Amino acid sequence: MNKKYGVYICHGCGIGESLNVEKLGEVASDEGYAVKTCPALCGKEGIELLKTDVAAGVNSLIIGACSPRVLYDTFRFDGCIVERVNLREQVVWSHPRATWAAPTEEQKDDETFIDHVQMMASDYLKMALAKVEKINLPEPYKLETFTRKILVIGGGITGISAAIDAAKAGYEVTIVEKEAALGGNAAKWRKQLPTDYPYEKPMAPVIQSKIKELGSYPGITVKTGTVVARIAGQPGDFTVTFKKPGEKIEFDVPFPLPPEMRLDESGKELEAEKLHARYLEYNQGKVDILTFDPNGEKFGAVVLAAGWRPYKPAEGEYTHLGLGTTPDVVTNAQFEEMAAAGKIKRPSDGKEAKSVVFVQSPGQGQDQDFPYAASVTSLVALKQATYVREDYADGKAFIIYQHMRTPGMTENFYKAVQQDPGVFLTKGQVTKVSKNGAGLIVEADDTLLGQPIQIKADLVVLATGMVPATKDDPVINLAYRQGPAFRDNAIFNDYADSNYICFPYETQRTGIYAAGGVRRSMTTEEAMEDAAGAALKAIQCLESANRGVAVHPRSGDLTFPDFFFQRCTQCKRCTQECPFGALDDDERGTPKTNPTRCRRCGTCMGACPERIINFANYSIDSVSSMVKAIKVPSTDDFDEPPLRILGLICENDAYPALDIAAMNKLSWNADVRFIPVRCLGSVNVIWIKDALSKGMDGVFLMGCKHGDDYQCHFVKGSELAEIRVKKIGEALSSLALEPERVAQFQVAIDEYDKIPQMLQEFVGTIEGLGPNPFKGF
Amino acid sequence: MTDEKAAPVSGSIMVVGGGISGLTTALEAAEVGYEVFLVEKNPYLGGRVAQLNQYFPKLCPPTCGLEINFKRIKDNPRIKVLTMAEVEKVEGGPGNYAVAVKVRPRYVNENCTCCGACTEACQTEIASDFDFGMKQIKGAYLPFAMAFPARYVIDPRIVGTEDAQRAKEACKYDAVDLEMQPKTLNLNVGAVVWATGWVPYDAKKMDNLGFGKHKNIITNMMMERLAAPNGPTQGKVIRPSDGKAPASIAFVQCAGSRDENYLPYCSYICCMASLKQATYVRAQYPEAKIYIFYIDLRAPGYRYEKFYENIKKDPNVFFIKGKVAEVSEDKAAGSITVVAENAVTGEKIHQAVEMVVLATGMQPTAAVNKLPGAVKTTPDGFILNDYAVGGMFAAGCANKPADVVSSNQNATGMALKAIQTLVRR
Repeated sequence: MNKKYGVYICHGCGIGESLNVEKLGEVASDEGYAVKTCPALCGKEGIELLKTDVAAGVNSLIIGACSPRVLYDTFRFDGCIVERVNLREQVVWSHPRATWAAPTEEQKDDETFIDHVQMMASDYLKMALAKVEKINLPEPYKLETFTRKILVIGGGITGISAAIDAAKAGYEVTIVEKEAALGGNAAKWRKQLPTDYPYEKPMAPVIQSKIKELGSYPGITVKTGTVVARIAGQPGDFTVTFKKPGEKIEFDVPFPLPPEMRLDESGKELEAEKLHARYLEYNQGKVDILTFDPNGEKFGAVVLAAGWRPYKPAEGEYTHLGLGTTPDVVTNAQFEEMAAAGKIKRPSDGKEAKSVVFVQSPGQGQDQDFPYAASVTSLVALKQATYVREDYADGKAFIIYQHMRTPGMTENFYKAVQQDPGVFLTKGQVTKVSKNGAGLIVEADDTLLGQPIQIKADLVVLATGMVPATKDDPVINLAYRQGPAFRDNAIFNDYADSNYICFPYETQRTGIYAAGGVRRSMTTEEAMEDAAGAALKAIQCLESANRGVAVHPRSGDLTFPDFFFQRCTQCKRCTQECPFGALDDDERGTPKTNPTRCRRCGTCMGACPERIINFANYSIDSVSSMVKAIKVPSTDDFDEPPLRILGLICENDAYPALDIAAMNKLSWNADVRFIPVRCLGSVNVIWIKDALSKGMDGVFLMGCKHGDDYQCHFVKGSELAEIRVKKIGEALSSLALEPERVAQFQVAIDEYDKIPQMLQEFVGTIEGLGPNPFKGF
Repeated sequence: MTDEKAAPVSGSIMVVGGGISGLTTALEAAEVGYEVFLVEKNPYLGGRVAQLNQYFPKLCPPTCGLEINFKRIKDNPRIKVLTMAEVEKVEGGPGNYAVAVKVRPRYVNENCTCCGACTEACQTEIASDFDFGMKQIKGAYLPFAMAFPARYVIDPRIVGTEDAQRAKEACKYDAVDLEMQPKTLNLNVGAVVWATGWVPYDAKKMDNLGFGKHKNIITNMMMERLAAPNGPTQGKVIRPSDGKAPASIAFVQCAGSRDENYLPYCSYICCMASLKQATYVRAQYPEAKIYIFYIDLRAPGYRYEKFYENIKKDPNVFFIKGKVAEVSEDKAAGSITVVAENAVTGEKIHQAVEMVVLATGMQPTAAVNKLPGAVKTTPDGFILNDYAVGGMFAAGCANKPADVVSSNQNATGMALKAIQTLVRR
């Protein structure tokens, strides 16, 4: 890009009163930049000035004014680089002259006077200039082949709903189902829970009419008796191999080595070459992940709707409830099968089951429901109670629960079933189910009746849960170097869920969106709605891939990581650390990029020890240059030079928190210089080394929470940063620098009031260590 | 004039309501490539969640997700945000709606730099609706620090008074325009998604629960404001009557929900909200006694179950199954008495506590403000979705009581339903 620079400094909002704007401008004009100032750049004249300059060819603007978080459209010019220098919030508002005195008339030319605020502004301007020199406008990545077809895995109510929803929006869909027929679990029921207001009665399963509706869309292809053997490629351009369930084919997806196979006899991790040899042996007969199936089908995005299976109690589980000791104690799934086949009868002797007890909780001192139950089993018990009443005029259903989990509008169903005189409900802990002649006795304590109860039952139904398909099998079978499954589903108990309350479809695999029972235990109504959401995300992803832009959270980002492979040492750190599995490796171990899988976080850039990964507008060099642009005063400049501390801060939460702190008139130490980064995961240790070798006294990283409740929108960013920072401690010691000079802080976006103290404490630590011995060299 | 079948198709979508659901629908549709008008009646986006301190179960700040969504709006020219705006009229059918949107005057124009000089110049205070009247603010204000759009507002209550003049004179950027008039925009869109959200049910209606009779009986939403760092007490949960720390606190679940006399349905979030608020109290007061009176504890799903399990481990949190019959002041003791029957043991409880939180339910906004346009609602005011007809849809709590996760799922799905309307016609 042929850059024509323009530097613009605004006087408004207190900037002119606090800073010597003329002197600030000289920082740039001394370097040969054209500098203009304006009383209010966002006012009519200011905007005219900018527009005129842009029309005259200025395409790289450095605007020293308010935060980039405000006036984003006022200072946006197509085809131009615009770098905002946050003078207002993060310099002037947060460092009032009442605290950091401005030089008096006499002091203005006194070179020994330390004007902290002016120095801060100068540094930030210099950093911006250094950055703009190094960055470019991005060119979007264009897929060579692209398709809008959507793959739906799972032909139950969720998959069918997703396929119909995508087709209604004009997309072609292939729906693949492992069983011989569509329908999934819903096709096995007598009735289903109501899907519409007033939610009072069970209804005939909608699945058959949905299957019929599916058939009316010519753009939907149905493949039954089929599973996905492997999904290779990237959003917009996935290559999928199908096969029959149980078949072994060469395009079965390779699995990573299980942990125990990665070690030798003494328990030490094997060398890379040996690991690779074992990996090949382990996956013998399978084609490697980089070879695409010439007969594979092309898809743009995937909806995972593989559903659930009934919980299978283990041998000896729930014997206190009679399971396994008599055939007349069944699970709710088994009960439903019986009910769908005809009148409910006792499995032991085929007699009528007129007294049925539904046990909602396994008891034993706990008030939880059975595992994987969510709030569905409470509703299912109510539904199944109506079967008993349907089959026998004198039938009785007893529901013993700890909590009737019928939230929201499903409360209406609970109320309606309670009206039936043949249905009895009580809170209670079922202590024992035992044989009583030909029948059973159910004993319960802590009931609402004020005393323990005993119920004679023909049949007992345990409200066991719905286990997601992803517990047993990766299902999506991604031909990705990180493995075929979603990573980290363990925190969701193996459901294919998202860790974000605000963004329920963001999984760790771009282009793959889960819906229905595989994502959470949910009702049919919820599943059909969920299907629409996942279908939307699938459409959005492939359309974004086609435009060359990233999806959430960096929606619209046109940059993508660029690799200088000639210097790659095949260390594989980027391949392993990418939270989204966007990198595979080729035959030599060099990473292979898949740009549309990428979310542009830069974790790879932070990981690379050779520093070969960069983005058009965010690179090792651009940030290093910013670090090096900071003036580090030494004893050559002042008798007592102020400290200089670098803060690499997450632009998603820490940066806004600083703005808000400033708006709330909070201040922080004036010796700190911030550089916002896309994610702490993108922090390369070279920046820390650059800062310290320049003589900066300390470096800290500030970003989001990690752990099971992680907030980081790139999953592991702050966690990885912490690991890297710990490792740098060793490197620092070899330079005779104290590891305490580098630290990491966790801050949430609403904890802006804690930041000043955090910084002050760190500065205190640094003051205790003394200035960096490398200063002034 | 024209044959209905040949009505012109408009390619844009209108989302009514800029809370978390409306934001989600708008953004998801815009990022597929459609033009969206986001119409919000408040001066800020974020709705109810902007008033919350944290979300359950992760105890994370709502502003995190809101900030990401605001950035997505900033980066997407296809979304047009209208604040201070309400839909007055909707005519037409799926694929072609003529919508009249009334925009109320903010009295602050685009010159606003958020410098805050107008706030400082004002000398009188008004009650803050955002804080349910628990805080006094100046009549010229920024709704909250992370408000988007980042622009001040002048409350109509001070327009025409001296304070308004003071605000105008203090503004160096000529951003205060006391002559601003309401205006009506006529927009043509192909689909409308109602994301009008909910209002907290009026706790005064439950006479026996004592709201309004004693300052220390508050609602769950008021508790959120107390706990929020930007709230009336900078995040300290204290007794409104005297500012003291509560040594004991009772949560009354289903306060007005699951009750034929008030709201017959379950409001979905109140169990989890109270559990979450118990963690707020515990974080500030390690020894405080917390009593939770419930009918059923609804913590559906794996993550919610785990959250509940953790709270159960706390030896100073007591769960009592029993619908609260009465909440009243014990003047002699200076405390509040909660009366309930323990449904399992049968004993009648008179629990003395220093503070009571009524877990009041949610009422759909459409129940209290009739919506223009041919929307079908349930008797409780929730908007029904009729996919066969299409064209207009309801997202989030406008459709049914739900938590943020479910609302966002639903809102994402409604974006697709809206797109289907545009595509099919």
